[in-house]
Amino acid sequence: MKRRTFLGGTIAAAVVGRTSGVVAEQPPIKIGMSMAQTGGLAGGGKASQLGIEIWRDDVNAKGGLLGRKVELIVYDDKSSASETPAIYSKLLDVDKVDLLFAPYATVPTAPLMPLVKQRGLLLMGNFSFQVNSKVGHDMWFNNAPWGPADSWAAAFLDLGQKAGGKTMALLAADQEFAQNLAVTAKAVAKKLNMSVVFDQAYPPNTVEFSGILRALNAAKPDIVYVASYPPDSAGILRAVNEIGVGDNVKIFGGGMVGLQFAAVMENLGSLLNGVVNYNTWLPEPNMYFDGTKAFFDAYTPRAKEAKVDPLGYYLAPFGYASGQLVEQAIKAVGSLDQKAIAKYLHGNEHKTIVGPIAFSADGERKDTATLMAQFRGIKDKNVEQFRSPGKQVILFPERLKSGELITPFEAART
Amino acid sequence: MDLLLDAVVIGVLLGCFYAAVSLGLSVSFGLLDVPHVAHPAFLVMASYAVFFLNDRFDIDPLLAGLMITPLLFLFGLVAYRLYYETFEKRGSDAGVRGIAFFFGVAFIIEVLIILQFGVDQRSVTATYIGKAWRIGDMRIPLRLLVAFAVAAGLTILLSLYLSKTFMGRAIRAVAQDQEALRLMGANPVKIKQWAFGIATAVLGIAGALLIIVAPVDPILDRAYIGRTFCVVVMAGLGSMTGTLIAAIILGVVETIVLTLFGASWAPAISFAMLLGVLAIRPQGLFGRRS
Repeated sequence: MKRRTFLGGTIAAAVVGRTSGVVAEQPPIKIGMSMAQTGGLAGGGKASQLGIEIWRDDVNAKGGLLGRKVELIVYDDKSSASETPAIYSKLLDVDKVDLLFAPYATVPTAPLMPLVKQRGLLLMGNFSFQVNSKVGHDMWFNNAPWGPADSWAAAFLDLGQKAGGKTMALLAADQEFAQNLAVTAKAVAKKLNMSVVFDQAYPPNTVEFSGILRALNAAKPDIVYVASYPPDSAGILRAVNEIGVGDNVKIFGGGMVGLQFAAVMENLGSLLNGVVNYNTWLPEPNMYFDGTKAFFDAYTPRAKEAKVDPLGYYLAPFGYASGQLVEQAIKAVGSLDQKAIAKYLHGNEHKTIVGPIAFSADGERKDTATLMAQFRGIKDKNVEQFRSPGKQVILFPERLKSGELITPFEAART
Repeated sequence: MDLLLDAVVIGVLLGCFYAAVSLGLSVSFGLLDVPHVAHPAFLVMASYAVFFLNDRFDIDPLLAGLMITPLLFLFGLVAYRLYYETFEKRGSDAGVRGIAFFFGVAFIIEVLIILQFGVDQRSVTATYIGKAWRIGDMRIPLRLLVAFAVAAGLTILLSLYLSKTFMGRAIRAVAQDQEALRLMGANPVKIKQWAFGIATAVLGIAGALLIIVAPVDPILDRAYIGRTFCVVVMAGLGSMTGTLIAAIILGVVETIVLTLFGASWAPAISFAMLLGVLAIRPQGLFGRRS
């Protein structure tokens, strides 16, 4: 018996040894992407990439996927849409990657959609807004919590209407993403019987917003919906602080890009108070899921070292979640067959560090998880304060809520 | 009517800010014929230096701007010498190659800023940022008043320097006829180098104003290439008071269009105005016909 056991053990050891030899020899699973490492989107792009890298390290520490290590191949797209088609062709034809992750943001992603549709490839999207609405690719999945196109504006305007708002002012940057938001905001306002009393698109690189704000104040709106980019968001809030917006404004904000980034928040400090703005993840009680805390414990020191957004709430956990989505799908289907992975992603709900994710037919979230949160009690020049709960109180969606809207806007600013 | 008055007042203040960030270019491009497309990159670099001093040592941004002025002067001397030795000295096509040189310098500065400060926006704190001066119903942002005062002071100083001092007059002479200056026994290259140093030194204060008026990021220079060249060309190359007045015209027109006619039109109107001025007066509003 002892001899047989010994023999069995020897064979088992030999098999294990051989198998591990095979594991060592197997090439890694290559995931390719471009990312904004320089240019206007780099602040977000670098944080997003770090989130994906933390997932890669976690999954490799657990033995990889299908017994193979995961390798990321990342090129800088300089935040430019003109760079991405060539980069993705290279990823596919030269680097021979197994899976594609999209670059951060709408504009660099948009030109890739025809390519992936034509070649029948899965593309894990990264915070694009409605890039698949006209393309209709059934292997596109967006990691962002946006959900249906109008949910963003609907959540904000609904809060405004409940606070007694009947008229809306719309101030949007003259760029694709902001204009998409503006179009949906006008459609939602119409549905809610809300009149649009001010509607302005301002050009990129506008230096001074005092003039625009005066014109906006003259229209005396109840709700001010702003769809702006980072440099402008800061300019607009400075002007609001200097010029004021009047007591009639119940709610201000909505779609201001930039107020999710630590450096911008730290710079603006108390100017943020009262603003209700979209966000994706915040350190409020209902936002912690399995692995969320561990992720931020890993992210914080690495972000400091890499000079990336020290908070990383907006993009980094969703980069990690992108990895979790493909990880779960690959494990479930047992192969890298992209059609099978897409089918699995469409057909199931997936547990991630940003909460459960289920996709609708267009590859966007079935239900929106975009947060509308109000800045409260923010002090100047202190980035650490944003790690505490209560600084950005979640007003929407209901299941993640952590407080009620303080209105009017001027009252909430103190 | 109130809105129009508001727009004019804000426009004048904004115009003064545009003048402050364009004065250096008025010297380097306007007087010296150096195709200095890296001027806005130098400006942003100065803003980051001001940010560093403000953030680390809590020094007032304007004072920080003054503190870095000598360093920028030296930087300007070295930059011009490098440009002269590698490009200008070599012949008639130096202008086109010079543009390539300065574009290269601008990109290098952008990358160095990203490496040192990261890609995020940076801004400074000061008592006059975020507050407004109230006159009746009108509120004027204090940061723009500061820009107005500093721009006016800079213009006067630079005009006095160029007209009253020996070196200033030499700089104007080198702009008019280098050969004549050489015959008088002066070295035009040294005078141009000095002038380029002055043009760069001015960016200390201008960079401080840039970050006082709005936050900066490493690629902000690209937004200012059009504006600064527009101001300098519209003014008539080399005219300091012309630069101030052209910048004010640009600021007022831009703000009136932004406030009353729709923000999307603002850049188009500004540049249409430039084309209009050049069509009627090719030498610019305040330039002398050559």
